[in-house]
Order: sequence, then structure tokens, then C-alpha cells
Amino acid sequence: MSIEQFIDNEVKSNDVVLFMKGTPQFPQCGFSGQVVQILDHIGVGYKGLNVLESAELRNGIKVYSNWPTIPQLYVKGEFVGGCDIIREMFQAGELQQLFADKGIPVDVAA
Amino acid sequence: MSTKDAIINKLREAFLPESLDVIDESHLHEGHAGHRPGGETHFRVYIVSPAFEGKSRIERHRMINATLAAELAGSVHALALHPHAPGEKPR
Repeated sequence: MSIEQFIDNEVKSNDVVLFMKGTPQFPQCGFSGQVVQILDHIGVGYKGLNVLESAELRNGIKVYSNWPTIPQLYVKGEFVGGCDIIREMFQAGELQQLFADKGIPVDVAA
Repeated sequence: MSTKDAIINKLREAFLPESLDVIDESHLHEGHAGHRPGGETHFRVYIVSPAFEGKSRIERHRMINATLAAELAGSVHALALHPHAPGEKPR
């Protein structure tokens, strides 16, 4: 399987995927860590993929998304944005709305 | 020319911004992966330009990323972007 096929499969078979540096439990970059905090705060389930474990994945996701930086958030196979965009959307309530519109369950108690 | 000046020149030329502020935040990332002695690795950009009118967040970022592709492929490790069209309330 090529890296493009791997990424394509990941973003299409998981509702929410975060390409990040480090893991959700132990982010290794402040920008990735900010997105982890936002997703955890909203209480949405997601799959974290650590690009530091694979140079092929790290380069592959940049090409796949045509986006030069990490982190990158995908929802239902669609690229939503990087750290700045995710934070702006969260602050405006748009990220929560996106999950609602896509029918992705969140922990409302969070 | 410093990387910061190169970023400023390219953004000015591409977007004719009403306002532009490029901040070198490299000192905030000392010891962190991506930091290099001498700085110029982490930047934050505030830019207001009519070019962003009617564009989505992703489109605005893509426009800037394309303009600064050489810098992003080179020494710039992180680029935080705050693009706005004139009259928009800063988020």
C-alpha cells in the first residue's frame, strides 16, 4: 500500500483523524498539543497519527493535503485545517457545529 | 536579507496588505525541536488584505503558504497565520 493509499484509508475509515507530532497522550509540539486540548475539551473521539514515527507519513500528509505544516485535522475524510484554523473555529463555536452537522457524537458534559 | 524581511517583502508584493505584522517568535521555542541557533524558525503573521475577501480560512492559508513556499521548505519551521479581510473583526 502506498503512503497516499494509507492516508486515504485512515481519513475515510475514521470520523476524526489528527495528524500530529507525538501522541494525544504525549504531544511533542505545542501546536499539536493545542489541537489535542481542544478536541479533548469538546469531548470528541479521534485517532491520532504520529508523523514523527514515519518520515514517509510526515511528508506524505503534506502532499496529500497540499498543506505544509503539522498538525492537520480531518473530519469525515475532509481536511478542516491546522492549529490556527482549528483554534479560530473552536473559539467561534464552528468546530462544535461541524461535529454536530456531521453527526459525530461529542461528550456534552465536557 | 533576513528571513523575516523576505517574508515581509513577499507578502507585501503578493497581497498589497492594509496592515502587516510579522513577528519572530523563535525565542519562545528554544530547546524545542525545530529551533536553530540564530532564530528565524518560528513566525507569527498578522495580515489584513482585500485579497482575502470572500475566501475561506483554508483558502487564505493556502494563498499565504504558496507565497512563502520557499521559506516553508527551508528554514521556517512554524508559521502561525492570522489573515483577515479589511473590516473583519479580528478573531
